[in-house]
Amino acid sequence: MPKYQIHINGSTKTVDAEPDTPILYVLRDNLELNGAKFGCGLSQCGACMILINGKASTSCIRPISSVGDAEILTLEGLAEKNGKLHAVQEAFVQEQAAQCGYCLNGMVMASVGLLKSNPNPSDQEIKEALRLNLCRCSAHSRIIKAVKRAAKIQAGS
Amino acid sequence: MIEFQKTTRRNFLKNIGYISVGFPLLGFSFKEQDPVIASRVPSEGNLPGSMRNAGTVNAWLHVLEDGRVLVFSGKVELGQGIRMAICQVAAEELDLELDQVEVHLAETGLTPDEGYTAGSGSVPNSAMSVRYAAATARKKLLELASKKLNAPESDLILFNGLVKSKNGNQSLNFAELLDGAQIDMEVSTPIPVKVKSGYRYVGKALPRKDIPKMVRAESIYLQDLRFPGMLHARVLRPSGYQSKLLKLDDTGLGSAVSGLIKTVINGSFVGVITEREYEAIKAVEYLRRRSEWSQSPAFPNQENLYSHLKEIADKPQKVRNKGNVELSQSQNTRYKARYTKPYLTHGSIGPGCGIAMFDGEILHIWSHSQGIYPMRRAISGMLKMEEEKIHIVSVPGAGCFGHSTADDAAADAAILAMALPEKHIRVQWSREDEHIWEPYGSAMMMELEAELDNNGKINTWISNVWTDTHSMRPDSDPATLLDTRYLESPMQLKGRGYLGGGHRNADPYYSIPNMQVNAHFFDGPLRVSSLRSLGAYTTIFSIESFMDELAEKAGKDPIEFRLAHLDDPRAIDVIKKIKEISSNQKLKNGEGIGYAFSRYKNTTAYAAIAAKVTVDKDTGTIKVLNMWAAVDVGEIINMDGIINQMEGGMIQAASWTLKEQVTFEGNKITSEDWGSYPIFRFPEIPEVEVVMINRPEEGAEGGGEVSMPPTGAAIANAVYRASGKRLYDLPITPEKILG
Repeated sequence: MPKYQIHINGSTKTVDAEPDTPILYVLRDNLELNGAKFGCGLSQCGACMILINGKASTSCIRPISSVGDAEILTLEGLAEKNGKLHAVQEAFVQEQAAQCGYCLNGMVMASVGLLKSNPNPSDQEIKEALRLNLCRCSAHSRIIKAVKRAAKIQAGS
Repeated sequence: MIEFQKTTRRNFLKNIGYISVGFPLLGFSFKEQDPVIASRVPSEGNLPGSMRNAGTVNAWLHVLEDGRVLVFSGKVELGQGIRMAICQVAAEELDLELDQVEVHLAETGLTPDEGYTAGSGSVPNSAMSVRYAAATARKKLLELASKKLNAPESDLILFNGLVKSKNGNQSLNFAELLDGAQIDMEVSTPIPVKVKSGYRYVGKALPRKDIPKMVRAESIYLQDLRFPGMLHARVLRPSGYQSKLLKLDDTGLGSAVSGLIKTVINGSFVGVITEREYEAIKAVEYLRRRSEWSQSPAFPNQENLYSHLKEIADKPQKVRNKGNVELSQSQNTRYKARYTKPYLTHGSIGPGCGIAMFDGEILHIWSHSQGIYPMRRAISGMLKMEEEKIHIVSVPGAGCFGHSTADDAAADAAILAMALPEKHIRVQWSREDEHIWEPYGSAMMMELEAELDNNGKINTWISNVWTDTHSMRPDSDPATLLDTRYLESPMQLKGRGYLGGGHRNADPYYSIPNMQVNAHFFDGPLRVSSLRSLGAYTTIFSIESFMDELAEKAGKDPIEFRLAHLDDPRAIDVIKKIKEISSNQKLKNGEGIGYAFSRYKNTTAYAAIAAKVTVDKDTGTIKVLNMWAAVDVGEIINMDGIINQMEGGMIQAASWTLKEQVTFEGNKITSEDWGSYPIFRFPEIPEVEVVMINRPEEGAEGGGEVSMPPTGAAIANAVYRASGKRLYDLPITPEKILG
């Protein structure tokens, strides 16, 4: 089985995986990370989102062999080393922006990606940025509030 | 506004009269001034149903070695926040800090058997059982302390896990009082419960303890469990409901896919076990290409679905008959309408998952089932194994809104674990299998007929409702588990499940002298079971659409028309409140506001919903701009939790109303993913506002389903006002607006 060196959450890991294995399964099986969730395997729901070179992307289709030197950031890598939460994580707690929370990984990662490129998004821009991410519990209105709160936290820090 | 314990505790302690000066933030001691203890009042009412089989204190709570309290509930966490609500209730009655209470949710052999986590029943059953058990425990602890501290109970202070006498210095924690024993006394009325004006936690918007774990990606979901040497598996589903496996050629599988451990074939059940998850996905696709199945019969033509359902229905059952519906004052004041609703999916974001391990004697299962004890009975029947040899632990999965595929995935894992003992086997369903094989919410039809009297009031009402069952949840009939129908010795369903949910809320909650409800049950073409609010979403969509039509016929304002038919002040209050909070809207051309009301099951919580929509007359595009809810669930346990449920329920039901239907053609289900079964995405999300009418002196009703039923009609009524088009057939789509 081929070996891949991947840059993830600030460190380099060597994993053995078949080349066609989607990143999601490398994260969950090889690296035992919980953040990215399996939701559809079709890049339709966003539960498996990660940041690849700072851009929010689904991980359920893209194979490990295509990652190369890209920097991967998962939900586990968002908080600071001292445990301090990222503004988006903090805001999701403050707004209680979840019910079951299964989609929360994708919501948080997509929001982090959005705020990198647009630190002060409007409601409309938030809705567009999270278009791919499904939430069946329908905590959407709280999630929108959380993204706005995160923007404020970031602006204040 | 959510109250975060660490930062606001001083405030809310002060607010209810506790002395907070110099109060230590971490842990409590009696060094400072004594706290004021809220008084107790006797509760005389009936005990919750859940206490029938679990009547003692220790069935519901244990005191831990360190004096903290472990609470047991037979309900499961579905994202509704029940763990937090139960924690609040227990901490309240025992005057504990919230972090002095741990809540252990459903596990066979450990927690009470509370059946399913369903029907908005967890607060009225489980949380209320915990309230009475905790209040009884407090009484017992005070009795014990009185003896140990040699002081009358009236001189004792029980607070934050310690008991002392007002004049003494010695304090004892609960474990010290019990000397290692647990409280096994029966819970019986009257029970001294805390006076509601003295509440520290109940009714407040306290944050859930699990959301900080979620944002840190801690292992909280079933899907995150990893056991040493755990293997992965997938099951190859048949090509149709009634297909049988004719041929399976698995030669070459081991070289085509790495990590292959075992292929398990039992009749038409095919499972494949591998070392890693993606290997199982590839293996099952390999097997799919090399399998042959008998053809399953074709479904009825979807275009004629409702006439087909009418044809196959049994003779109607009269489920309500009041007055004389045959009397007619005049033919021209009688009105009729027919409403239809397609099959809907639960649409859980996380497809079914199950983990099982047979240790040679006991079969251990980890599942996100909504009812682990009933599922154990079904799995026991499937495997012909004693129930006591099956141990099931509930672990949260993704929200699933009824009987979804969790039990089926657990059954898959159980079959595979029995075929490969001493290994943990994790079965993950695919998105396509989830969409195609899940037990849907039944398609339904409702025909309504009503007569107005000379004063424009409804004199006579007839509901005819057509429905399949609304619960085929696993229980003693093993065939409720999908797998059993495909094993070498297949099992056929013995019964038709719970039919009553189909005509839930089919009799209007309005004062109408002559009323009849006829239920027409059919055994429909698709697999069905419980979906959030069961039949009530369709019956209330129909009734509340029809109420607007009747109001128009009577020349009345729809809100005034409803109020004129209501006697119940709580119903009147939510309707007046919804009018009040949505009345400041200025409507543009193409916009409209619609209203609807229901009292869930006609016996529990009240909800009035308003929806503001815009309809583009050229394209038919419908957008919900705002939704409001005014809700009365009686006593509120967690204000933020209940608001979260209302917001989510409205948005989910709006998605049902505007977008969703299971589709089928030939012998295939064709809605097989989020592309072919679209649901609301962010750009479609309206602004939502919820106003709760808190009634602490009323019984605490569950809120999980309450906002769903009126949502459909509120939108349909708004669409009518915005476009002049009355739509009777769900979903309400642009094509139907234009058609």
